[in-house]
Amino acid sequence: MGMDTGDTAWVLASSALVLFMTPGLALFYGGMVRAKNVLGTLMHSVFAMGLMSILWVLVGYTIAFGPDAFGGLFGKLDFLGFSGVSSDAAHPAGLGATIPHSLFALFQMMFAIITPALIAGAFAERIKFSGYIAFISLWLLFVYAPVAHWVWHPEGWLFKLGALDFAGGTVVHINAGIAALAAILVIGKRKGFGKEAFVPHNLTLTILGAGILWFGWFGFNAGSALGASGLAVSAFLATNLGAAAGACGWAIAEARKDRKATTLGVASGAVAGLVAITPAAGFVGPMGAIAIGLIAGVVCSWAVGLKFRLGYDDSLDVVGVHLVGGLTGALATGIFATAAISGLDPAAGNGLIAGGGFTLLGKQAIAVGATLAFSMMLSLAIAKLVDVTIGLRVSEEEELSGLDLTQHSEVGYALSDGSGLSISHAESAPAPVHSGATVTAAVHVPQGGEA
Amino acid sequence: MKLVVAVIKPFKLDDVKDALESIGIQGMTISDARGFGRQRGHTEVYRGAEYQVDFVPKIRIEIAADDEQVDDIVKAIVSSAKTDSIGDGKVWIVPAEDVIRIRTGEKGPDAI
Repeated sequence: MGMDTGDTAWVLASSALVLFMTPGLALFYGGMVRAKNVLGTLMHSVFAMGLMSILWVLVGYTIAFGPDAFGGLFGKLDFLGFSGVSSDAAHPAGLGATIPHSLFALFQMMFAIITPALIAGAFAERIKFSGYIAFISLWLLFVYAPVAHWVWHPEGWLFKLGALDFAGGTVVHINAGIAALAAILVIGKRKGFGKEAFVPHNLTLTILGAGILWFGWFGFNAGSALGASGLAVSAFLATNLGAAAGACGWAIAEARKDRKATTLGVASGAVAGLVAITPAAGFVGPMGAIAIGLIAGVVCSWAVGLKFRLGYDDSLDVVGVHLVGGLTGALATGIFATAAISGLDPAAGNGLIAGGGFTLLGKQAIAVGATLAFSMMLSLAIAKLVDVTIGLRVSEEEELSGLDLTQHSEVGYALSDGSGLSISHAESAPAPVHSGATVTAAVHVPQGGEA
Repeated sequence: MKLVVAVIKPFKLDDVKDALESIGIQGMTISDARGFGRQRGHTEVYRGAEYQVDFVPKIRIEIAADDEQVDDIVKAIVSSAKTDSIGDGKVWIVPAEDVIRIRTGEKGPDAI
């Protein structure tokens, strides 16, 4: 099959949409932490855009999408440094048969950026920046890339089994969600968890972030059709309906329990709906999408309360939204999938309701179980390794002062001009430590020849 | 001279300012404050977790006044800030030893 310009254009645009989700995630998470940790939290997402892009090109991509080794476990190293990743021909195994191989690799790069960044919400407000870098780097190579190979490479063992994951329910959301749980078991609770109120400092940022995520998710899901096709349109529609129904589901659950619907609840419900529709997007019709979104909104609004009952400190509810939403979506795919939408063979593409019996649901359960077990064990090992070597957690004093100041020497909100900042003495030239620093009368700038 | 201090509900600030201007008061200072009295605080809910917030937002008004103005000021504040519901706030009056206008150095009642 030759290259198709329409397909190429759509996947190029989708890649940009998926990249834009990561700053959206930064705002979504950043608004939910306390003001002293806003930059540290934004940094988790923004720095992932830098580091994960490079690691993906160097090593990550070939582990995920290189020629299969060991019967579907991971890819060989043929595409190290994107060598042999052609801009004129498709992926040799036919992934995106009408788009350049390099475009497929680029589109997947955006997934490799946001998935590790998703985990960051769980250990927000207490992780050391160097520990975070080490954790997500190892996690990308040893957990994310192999699971992507299992599920999406045509020779991957879960792909061959017949488990369906349109855009990353297992690879992205269950994987990141269970890794989040593993990491917080190692890093421990924030000081004061369960006793002090950790109130979101700026929900306006969070709502804007949720909107950007919703927008970018069209690239995530409809782009995963890997072409400008009817399937892409179907996935686009399912994505919007999943988000919409998730927002409604969470709001209804909240209004019944607390008598009021909250903006954070509606934003969280939209994200929960988006998470749940991700594996199902190209496999279900509009009614199935609404059902999946509603279920996810209600179930996740309940699941975010588990941390208080079970006593683990998942700061921004990565487990409650991504793990539980991902599980909901992956299993619901086995219920609501219909071959009439996906164009798959009815034996492979029909779930419970479309008359496929429990076969697909069983395969979905195997894929979920394998991802949970593998990601939990390796994520625990990586978190423990980082903890005993360079350390995963900031000191108690640093935690109280906040990550912005202690990890990055900055503050998110300099609300007063006269905040007492002055230029510090430098050996040679005066070097402002803060581009927004106000130079006060007390500033002493060393001059040449001064004693 | 006296310093009149009032703590009021934030949404009543415009009414109080208008009432004070209408009796000829020419200046005041306000600041954001937080506090509680018999009203206690309120409850906030984030993702189903309820938090009791003890200190609720208030506006604190300070006015330096000549002795004979004080009664009118207090009446203006009380009538304009009143909603008849709990949490309307308080007014109190403290003696001010002296008042100095920084620009001119005027002192005492002339500086008000």
